[in-house]
Amino acid sequence: MTNAVVVEGLVKRFGENTALGGVDLTVSEGTVLGLLGPNGAGKTTVVRILSTLLRPDAGRAEVNGLDVVTQGDQVRATIGLTGQYAAVDEYLTGRENLEMVGRLYRLGSKESRLRAGELLERFELTDAANRPAKTYSGGMRRRLDIAASLIARPRVLFLDEPTTGLDPRSRLGMWEFIADLVSDGTTILLTTQYLEEADRLADRMVVIDKGKVIARGTADELKAQVGGERLELTVSSSRQLGAAAEALRPLAQAEPHRDEQTRRLSLPVTGGTETLAEGLRRLAVTDVQVLDIGLRRPDLDDVFLTLTGHAAEESAAEAEEPAAPTAVSAGASR
Amino acid sequence: MTTLAETVSDSVTITRRNLIKVKRVPDLIVFATLSPIMFVLLFRYVFGSAIPIEGISYAEFLLPGIFAQTVVFGSTITGASLADDQQKGLIDRFRSLPMARSAVLVGRTVADLGLNVITIVVMALTGLVVGWRIHSSVGEALAGFLILLLFAFAISWVMALVGLLVRTPEVVNNASFIVIFPLTFIANTFVPTNNFPTVLKTIADWNPVSAVVQAARQLFGNTAPSLETSNAWPMQHPVPYVLAWVIVLLVVFVPLSVRTYLRTASR
Repeated sequence: MTNAVVVEGLVKRFGENTALGGVDLTVSEGTVLGLLGPNGAGKTTVVRILSTLLRPDAGRAEVNGLDVVTQGDQVRATIGLTGQYAAVDEYLTGRENLEMVGRLYRLGSKESRLRAGELLERFELTDAANRPAKTYSGGMRRRLDIAASLIARPRVLFLDEPTTGLDPRSRLGMWEFIADLVSDGTTILLTTQYLEEADRLADRMVVIDKGKVIARGTADELKAQVGGERLELTVSSSRQLGAAAEALRPLAQAEPHRDEQTRRLSLPVTGGTETLAEGLRRLAVTDVQVLDIGLRRPDLDDVFLTLTGHAAEESAAEAEEPAAPTAVSAGASR
Repeated sequence: MTTLAETVSDSVTITRRNLIKVKRVPDLIVFATLSPIMFVLLFRYVFGSAIPIEGISYAEFLLPGIFAQTVVFGSTITGASLADDQQKGLIDRFRSLPMARSAVLVGRTVADLGLNVITIVVMALTGLVVGWRIHSSVGEALAGFLILLLFAFAISWVMALVGLLVRTPEVVNNASFIVIFPLTFIANTFVPTNNFPTVLKTIADWNPVSAVVQAARQLFGNTAPSLETSNAWPMQHPVPYVLAWVIVLLVVFVPLSVRTYLRTASR
């Protein structure tokens, strides 16, 4: 399979601050790469270099076989970019926004009108098409923004935190739209700090932290790096944690982890549901009251915690890339 | 490489976008029309009641000056709007498109030129009501308006650079206020400069705004033989002096602004 995006040894410094310290990644044509990392990790910088907004200090970046530095014009003609903040003109209507971008992609006014109509329909904005974008909700603006970046049918689409700041319902809707794009064969590079989002949309993932790649692979490969399944239970009183740990210790691969506060016990196990059943039998003969018990496979939050030593969202308080528009603060709401 | 036709077409697209905003934001229309009316009336009746001008009514003396002041202030919209576009991420959007690299700035300055045309028309009508008259030929009068607009267009490009560097519309407004107020007041805009202290008079004589005003006065026929004009070269040759300024400002600030546009958002 050919690579739609190739990045090698990418370095970018802002003054003293090294935003990217040699990033390598590739995105195969027609797939989705999730670029994960906390705030300030350098995700946006990668996207800004790939979309020709920034020049790298060292390294190479190609999109559709075109060099982003020397062939910027051609690169721009084949990509779509949706930045962190919905970049739509508030005073233009949804339709005018799309037609303007279409014309600037040099589609001609007839084709621009046609595509604008199609995309308004597809992104469920037809009813609002003739209203200024100022009146749109956050979710609608994002949809309009993505529609704008799709108007010239780009082969590669960059989505920089497409659901940051959206309410849960709008986020689900956005995921469906993105999944649709993928089925059309668009190559997508998606940055996110929501692991659930990457898990759901991305074929492969690259995790960066402090400007360096710290892990890469499919969701399953990343999870495997962290370890296997865990048996987790909550008991009715923290005094019972000891008894429960005692009863289950023979099944555990390592010492069970107790959390007095949440009255939870967590132990690494093998053997899946049989082990779960055995655990229940062992607990039944004690007087431990189990409120909740289950097998859990590690999710990407565990991956993140293990790889970076901090959770995805608590993040380094360091400044995000300086040029990012001072709009919504990333990751504030979920 | 972008062709000239493509650059023009992209600039037209952006100009249209900017003018739609004027249509949809009533504040802008108000700013563009009401405040010049207010200025004409205030100056005409407040200052005009106390400032006798030799051989000519104050209204006739005032209007060319207030035209100049207003269009220069009007050009700050260029900077504020660009800062706003930048803040909202629109500049990033434009820069990721395969459009002409100068179109965003050309479209901006041309739209603001349009806004200035509206402003001038409104002010001229108000002026006619309060006693201002044009005493020259149609051609000369048009040349007078043209020179006002040309100068405002050149200042727009200076403001474009400011807007790209400063990045917040409020700061652009405040910063330009500090510069433009003295620029338009230490001049022959509202009063004759004869009685200025020497240093101020020299500044006023060489201030391009004075030359714009002087050129407009001459072209509209708002001068009188008894009205003393400074002997400084710019005051004796206001039209070539203004044109020289326009050319220098454009030659310096068009490329500088375009370069900054390509970089600013890209730091």
